[in-house]
Amino acid sequence: MKRLNQVAVAVMMTGCAIGASAETTLNALFMSQAAYSEADIKAMSADFTKANPGIKVKLEFVPYEALHDKIVAANGAGGSGYDVVLFDVIWPAEFAKNKMLVDVTKRIPADQVGKVFDGAWTTVNNNGHKLGMPWILDTKYLYYNKDMLKKAGIANPPKTWAEVLQQAKIIKDKGLVKYPLVWSWSQSEAMICDFTTLALAHKGQFFDKGKPAFDKGGVLDAAKLMQASLASGLTNPNSREYLEEDVRKVFSNGEAAFALNWTYMYNMANDPKQSKVAGKVGILPAPGVAGKSVASAVNGSMGLGIPSGSKHADDAWKYISYMTSAPVQNKYAKLSLPIWKASYDDAAVTKGQEELIAAAKQSMAVMAGRPETPAYTQLSTILQKHLQKALLGQTPVADAMKAASTEIAGIR
Amino acid sequence: MSSALQQRRTAWVLLVPMLGIMAAVTAWPLLRTVWLSFTDTGMGIGDSGGQWVGLENFARALSDADFRTGFGRTLYFTLVSVGLELLIGILVALLLNQKFRGRFLMRALLVLPWALPTIVNAMMWRLIYNPEYGSLNALLTQLGILSEYRSWLGDPETAMNMVILADVWKNYPIIALIALAALQTVPTELYEAARLDGANAWHRFWHITLPSIAGPLIVALVLRTIEAFRVFDIIYVMTRGGPADSTRTVSFYVYQESFSYLHAGTGAAYAIAVVGFSSLLIGAYIFLLRRQNGASR
Repeated sequence: MKRLNQVAVAVMMTGCAIGASAETTLNALFMSQAAYSEADIKAMSADFTKANPGIKVKLEFVPYEALHDKIVAANGAGGSGYDVVLFDVIWPAEFAKNKMLVDVTKRIPADQVGKVFDGAWTTVNNNGHKLGMPWILDTKYLYYNKDMLKKAGIANPPKTWAEVLQQAKIIKDKGLVKYPLVWSWSQSEAMICDFTTLALAHKGQFFDKGKPAFDKGGVLDAAKLMQASLASGLTNPNSREYLEEDVRKVFSNGEAAFALNWTYMYNMANDPKQSKVAGKVGILPAPGVAGKSVASAVNGSMGLGIPSGSKHADDAWKYISYMTSAPVQNKYAKLSLPIWKASYDDAAVTKGQEELIAAAKQSMAVMAGRPETPAYTQLSTILQKHLQKALLGQTPVADAMKAASTEIAGIR
Repeated sequence: MSSALQQRRTAWVLLVPMLGIMAAVTAWPLLRTVWLSFTDTGMGIGDSGGQWVGLENFARALSDADFRTGFGRTLYFTLVSVGLELLIGILVALLLNQKFRGRFLMRALLVLPWALPTIVNAMMWRLIYNPEYGSLNALLTQLGILSEYRSWLGDPETAMNMVILADVWKNYPIIALIALAALQTVPTELYEAARLDGANAWHRFWHITLPSIAGPLIVALVLRTIEAFRVFDIIYVMTRGGPADSTRTVSFYVYQESFSYLHAGTGAAYAIAVVGFSSLLIGAYIFLLRRQNGASR
């Protein structure tokens, strides 16, 4: 009987703990990888609560790799899991099909639409409906170590991918660094972003009349370039297990001449506290291919949306409006650039990062997307597998890309 | 009413809450998974209903070459990791069963890897294996075994074995602890008698030690096997199935199908295929337990 009493007490105590509080608490899901840092997001949210005392924001940070599955699992579990979620440009088609996000088209004031980059709007658009506000406007840039290029006697940084490889060879031959190029080619979405950048530079088409065409034209050329740069020893072979953070560490350590990475690396690689190459970091739009393109930029933007299960949609929208507003974005423009056109001529934003802003202006103009399909996650997983097989030398490039096309065509 | 019957009724009444909880948290999800596996349910709100598709999902699972390869990979992971855990576990138990100074401290330290959360363990080993600054590379190059730093988790030849090593380090203590507890029950007179009969160390181990600890070891072994077969977390953190799918195990496959691709129906069918195989292992476990009980009677 004594034990039964204990159980009863335990049950009652649990009941008490569940009791609700009076004010609204928003559950928000963010990532801790690239773009705004956790500290930035916490500071922004604290400012928001200060301005809106009735609304608290509970933040949750996960690695990018877990973000999609977290949103989906919370949705599948039903009820109100999150009120605000960060989502990637590649998911709206899938989320729209499964009605996972609230359509916020009508909430966005008409006069604001023209003030935001078109590329940013594509991040949240699905068939004319907006599933959120764009927040992180991002693409991959070509970073280079100015010091190494100078020591190698290279006057001008590369304008095409062919020049990148030529200059890398000069740098390698002079013994300035063992592997001049570093990328994020682990079996992950990061690899697909690098691959898409190269495919866009080669003017590749992922689909030919609706059929997957990963084994053709510029898309195949992109995969060939990746494999060839490994075979010739220009690319760091460890790239095949790297994510963006690894790329940043290698580049910041002075162990690479060129690297492809997001905006956030610019100010981190220039920070003497965490980088050996501070002050020597050059940034350019990812190059083009002679006769085909002048620059290439994969749309790596992300937006903030409201999951359909949220019971606090109005407060959530208040929070999203605040986070994506020009003043907030301009204040925290060191790790992620604003979505607002006017910000790029605002001295407060450009100061100290003029080179980044110059590169951004060119990149934004050519920004394009990864393959568009509701089954994007599945497509990407298949592509990752076959690309890795090619990069690890298990399968010839052309065969691997053909296998990828065939398997992608079989997606339900 | 006889008091025995009354007692039995009281027992059942007292068990009802527990049975209710078990039905809610075990039986219902299980039945629901079985139901899902015969439908084409998706994870979205838009298609929560799902149509009955019969055995299509199972046909898909069985005809999926990647899933079959994943099965092979999982078997390899299970056999090698549990095999190594058993070997190292017994050796460490024998060592810690000896009388030496600091024995209690060593026994306490033994539990440490096992007490570590899997995620922490996986992160730690990722750092150890790091191709640029990992301590494994530093150790092997300084010993002259390696001429230069290399990638361990980025090479499909080594990735799986490296994950196994991390898993063995974390899980051998449980085998060692069980073996150690069993060793302490072996009567010392047996060893003295054997020694008088001229048995050497190996003979004593093979004929006295091993048979005495075999029972508890088998239980530990089978439990570890079942656990190893459904490996997921360590892989999720260390390699996410890469490079080139070389560490993609069946559980990872089930997870991807359900949560990345949103195919709840097919995912459930894959899960049931895995459960089916695990049931064979559980069957073996029960069989061994029964036989062991029979032998001791």
